[in-house]
Amino acid sequence: MDKKEERALAQRIVAEIVRLMADRAQPVRFMEVCGTHTVSIFRAGLRQILPESVELVSGPGCPVCVTPDDYMDKAIAYAKREDCIIATFGDMLKVPGTSSSLGEAQAEGADIRIVYSPLDSLKIAVENPDKKVVFLAVGFETTAPTAAAAVLAAQAQGLENFYVLSAHKLVSPALRMLLADPQVRVDGFILPGHVSVVTGTDVFAFLPREFHMPGVVTGFEPLQILRSIYRLARQVAEDKPRIENEYGSVVRREGNPAARSVLDRVYETVDACWRGIGRIPASGLQVKQAYRRFDIEAVLPLELPAQEKKTACRCGEVLRGIINPRECPLFGKACVPTHAVGPCMVSVEGVCAAWYKYGGGRFIYGK
Amino acid sequence: MCLAVPAKVIAIRDNLGTVELSGVHREVSLMLLPETVVGDYVLVHAGFAMQIVDEKEAEETNALLREMNGEGRTVL
Ligand code: SF4
Repeated sequence: MDKKEERALAQRIVAEIVRLMADRAQPVRFMEVCGTHTVSIFRAGLRQILPESVELVSGPGCPVCVTPDDYMDKAIAYAKREDCIIATFGDMLKVPGTSSSLGEAQAEGADIRIVYSPLDSLKIAVENPDKKVVFLAVGFETTAPTAAAAVLAAQAQGLENFYVLSAHKLVSPALRMLLADPQVRVDGFILPGHVSVVTGTDVFAFLPREFHMPGVVTGFEPLQILRSIYRLARQVAEDKPRIENEYGSVVRREGNPAARSVLDRVYETVDACWRGIGRIPASGLQVKQAYRRFDIEAVLPLELPAQEKKTACRCGEVLRGIINPRECPLFGKACVPTHAVGPCMVSVEGVCAAWYKYGGGRFIYGK
Repeated sequence: MCLAVPAKVIAIRDNLGTVELSGVHREVSLMLLPETVVGDYVLVHAGFAMQIVDEKEAEETNALLREMNGEGRTVL
């Protein structure tokens, strides 16, 4: 399909959406849960080509953004120890803790290594037998099985100096929390494609069943996202909410059973704190008792003083789709990507960063 | 962070696959996708193969026009 065909298709889809939503008293609001979707939507200028009857709002789907200050504080505290090496995905470096970031700790001499895969941290552990290598296990259901697999691989190799600091989070409990919040108004969910690769589509069955809420799992091409919006509009128009799959090339109803069984061997659910949102029941993962020797918090517990941070950052409301970043007084002034105040501006997948970078909108399909 | 890219598996040894990703060869773990065989396209995330990409299904999803006024594929 060339660009011209793609544009023509996009216009047809938009025309259908316009038709379906024509007689609505107020705009429908669809929430994209995944940070990668947020970026695709902005980059392609999808907001600009949608009719006024459809509003897109971003949700809590950027793992870096929802990781709370105290997790970062712990990571920094381990990083500062002589006997620890931190292994992390690159996007964690600039995330602010209460008073500093991993990047700042690194500049002060802490040994922090960027890895592409959790398995890379095993190699670091082999090469540095006298150090404790701590992998920052952050991410949703897509990433959590890879950290769990690294734990199993470390056990198989007999490695005694590899650990995780886990802050993995689960998407569906967060959606439940959002729907219980009277401030949050959503009429349908654009569901995360790569999370669903692992979980399958059934985990979202509660949306139509309990909340009469439409949901469409989709991929990351602009056309796929547009089609998922069309599907949501159709469900709303027919008032028949269900879960549809627009990403059948990789998302199966049953997900990836091998990945889930690895996850279940190593991790169990626990209540978890989401930045700006608070405690969500059974929304996090902790290392099971049988694998505690790989859990740095069990092996080397830290006593960190509770710290209060005063900030005008409104990430909490941004992450729930209650305000858009431009309503934050710091947006584009005190808070820009090079001088980010909150994580939503730090992360490339953050909503504030996307608004800052693409806020004016760039038409790709529209003209 | 949940970014994943499709790549072709060109060799498999034990639990490790070699994939070709825009001309570059890379090792990926098959721990989470043990059913992988050489020739499969797999979705790669953080050094792991996460799912086999179903090319046919991908093409079908593209057949939007037929579907536009018809029934959507409902999974539940
Ligand atoms: S613009 Fe900056 S300060 Fe305001 S909510 Fe976003 S990240 Fe926080």
